[in-house]
Amino acid sequence: MLSRVANSIYWMNRYIERAENYARFMAVNFNLILDMPPSEKEQWEPLLIANADHHLFQEYFDAPTRDAVLQFMSFDQRNPNSILQCFKQARENARSVREIITKEMWEHLNEFYLHIKELPNSRAWKMGEWQDFFNEVKMASQLFYGIIDSTLTRNESWHFSRLGRFIERADKTSRFVDIKYFILLPNVDAIGTNLDLLQWSAVLKSVSAYNMYRQAFRVLKPEDIVDFLVLDRYFPRSIYYCLSQAEQSLLSISGKEAPLNKALKVVGKLRSELEYTEPSEIIEAGLHEYMDKFQQRNNEVGAAIFEAYFALKPVETFPGDRLEQ
Amino acid sequence: MNQSLELNSFSGYDPGGFYDEMFEADGSVRPEYAYLLSQIEMVPRKDFTSKQHAAERALLSMGITFNVYSENEGVERIMPIDILPRIITGSQWRELEEGLIQRVTALNLFIDDLYHEQKVIKDGIIPRHVIESSKSFLPQCKGLNPPRGIWCHITGSDLIRDGRGQFMVLEDNLRCPSGVSYMLENREILKKSFPEILENMDVQPVSDYPTRLLDMLQHLSNKAAPTVVVLTPGIYNSAYFEHSYLAQQMGVQLVESSDLIVVDGQVKMRTTSGFETVDVIYRRVDDTFMDPLAFNPESLIGIPGIFEAYRNGKVAIANAPGAGVADDKVVYAYVPRIIQYYLKQEAIIPNVHTYICEEEDSRKYVLEHIEELVVKEANEAGGYGMLIGPKSTKAECEEFRKRILTNPRNYIAQPTISLSRVPTNIDGHFEGRHVDLRPYILYGEKVEVIPGGLTRVAMRKGSLVVNSSQGGGSKDTWVLY
Repeated sequence: MLSRVANSIYWMNRYIERAENYARFMAVNFNLILDMPPSEKEQWEPLLIANADHHLFQEYFDAPTRDAVLQFMSFDQRNPNSILQCFKQARENARSVREIITKEMWEHLNEFYLHIKELPNSRAWKMGEWQDFFNEVKMASQLFYGIIDSTLTRNESWHFSRLGRFIERADKTSRFVDIKYFILLPNVDAIGTNLDLLQWSAVLKSVSAYNMYRQAFRVLKPEDIVDFLVLDRYFPRSIYYCLSQAEQSLLSISGKEAPLNKALKVVGKLRSELEYTEPSEIIEAGLHEYMDKFQQRNNEVGAAIFEAYFALKPVETFPGDRLEQ
Repeated sequence: MNQSLELNSFSGYDPGGFYDEMFEADGSVRPEYAYLLSQIEMVPRKDFTSKQHAAERALLSMGITFNVYSENEGVERIMPIDILPRIITGSQWRELEEGLIQRVTALNLFIDDLYHEQKVIKDGIIPRHVIESSKSFLPQCKGLNPPRGIWCHITGSDLIRDGRGQFMVLEDNLRCPSGVSYMLENREILKKSFPEILENMDVQPVSDYPTRLLDMLQHLSNKAAPTVVVLTPGIYNSAYFEHSYLAQQMGVQLVESSDLIVVDGQVKMRTTSGFETVDVIYRRVDDTFMDPLAFNPESLIGIPGIFEAYRNGKVAIANAPGAGVADDKVVYAYVPRIIQYYLKQEAIIPNVHTYICEEEDSRKYVLEHIEELVVKEANEAGGYGMLIGPKSTKAECEEFRKRILTNPRNYIAQPTISLSRVPTNIDGHFEGRHVDLRPYILYGEKVEVIPGGLTRVAMRKGSLVVNSSQGGGSKDTWVLY
């Protein structure tokens, strides 16, 4: 497969996963607002901080009001991570590889992008309209994965799709956990109270983990929630699961017999460390610090993948090729 | 009458003094359109309109769009399709086919001669400076023998019909003729819009074009299973959809320049598992942008060394670099003589009469009659760099007079032809619109013409410009057996 094509497929999937997670982030907050006691103020800034979007946001807006944050994260063309921009870039990537992907994949992305691009001005949207929109984005993304699942041959395209999706999802799940750190409680005593647990359950719901968590642990406890979202071996949005899936796809791309390249080493190391980590160690290290560190290392995985498969190498770096003749 | 039951009607249709392809001058329907007309008149107006809308929606969701260079906002547009097809009879077609094969055969001999002995110049058929001043004549190609001796693998010649219905060649496109994807998709859309009519009318198929194209490309290599790629300038090119569509239909890779590299004299593509040899390139990139080493040392785009690899027979390129010399608009004027010279035959499809501004008598005539003429730049395409005298202001005509005087070699002029018209669905009723026809000719083991083509429609009332970049639409073209 052409390096450029692999790169486009990988990013097409990352952007879609990103858009879906942005919709989920905003949905968490609506969830929270509706559950909060009236004394608590709604907090929108944590969404920006957890996604490291706050610096860019401050360039254009004075205060993180509900309206400003929703606009910025959903439709703002100046924000490369806004949902609209993510779909735009996913579509551009799809367009550059449409002879490789299936017709259904392309048409779904194309139609959905054209649809959200033409949505009437969202500035006056009511909460219900926003929620419908976020749901629509989530469904569009899941439908896209469904289409991939049922139409794409299990070749390199498929593995690069999964790779992009899982690397992005691992990053975003860590940010969902982080968001709990940034959403302030009124005081230290509130830790472990109903309010604290309300916030945690909003996080769980936003990653569609509430029911699955209940089946695994039943009682809401911060440590168990961290265990579930970070370390669970079978939940499809947990960080561990995402990394192990990404590793599987990398192995399929390079071939099981081939020597491990840098990308496989980096991802394998990170995955195995998580595998042997106790939830209590994460809490002791500090939830935010742990997530921050993880995000950095996940970025290293992304960089190693780029190096190994996408970078346009000069001639010398493919020594084996000269034997081909 | 109840509006929802109102049927399609041509009762108020006015041929307007033009050659109308559906109706005779006396208003009676031409025989090849009789069945179509009878069927279309049974379709409720409302249903016809919704079929039209469904066709446009399909184009949009398939992403069959082109980019307009000058527009920032909404850069992607669909080329509107008019679902009423245009029909060409079997006997008309056989003559066109013969004429196009003749033309392409002669042009290929002409190009090969230009890059070798130049007998055509020595024998005084065409002046040396016309060739040497053509932007598309590439001295780098002198002495080059392309695989199988073929230069113009894919040709799209634009045909028009004049006021008497006579087919004429308006221009030849031998560099990267585009539009074939519209020919293919238009037929797919009409299969959905009018399946029964299509079934009952014995229309020749066009859908095997990608197969024929691939056969032709593979024929250029000696390998049993050569690796063929389509080379595109990228997603911002106006014809990008077509590039990816053809690659997909042929099941070959679509590559950009940056995907290719020359290693040890071989063209390779960069893949996730290393370099892979490429044998045949269907290029949709201008030839002089292919290799900075050979054509433009200052250029950053292109694949350094690819021309050398081509010259050494390591890779085949279609169309061959240098082939564009034959679609220079001044060279065009000589094509009937070129056919005569190489094949000892009269041109079967005539040219439009052409004034070569470089020739003194012609120039004088053009400058005096510019208001009646169409003036074209020798190397422009897509309806750019063109003056339509009768539709232009005094100032525009004056501007072109100056340009012609400054650089006469760069201009030709032709009488304004009143192009034939075909009824077209405009805001819920039928009006005549001017059309042309671009058939596609493949030169592989033999020369073959795809029975169909792209009918372009000037959608604006009275307009003669059919180019998609200038607001043109298209129709499906039905060639009967």
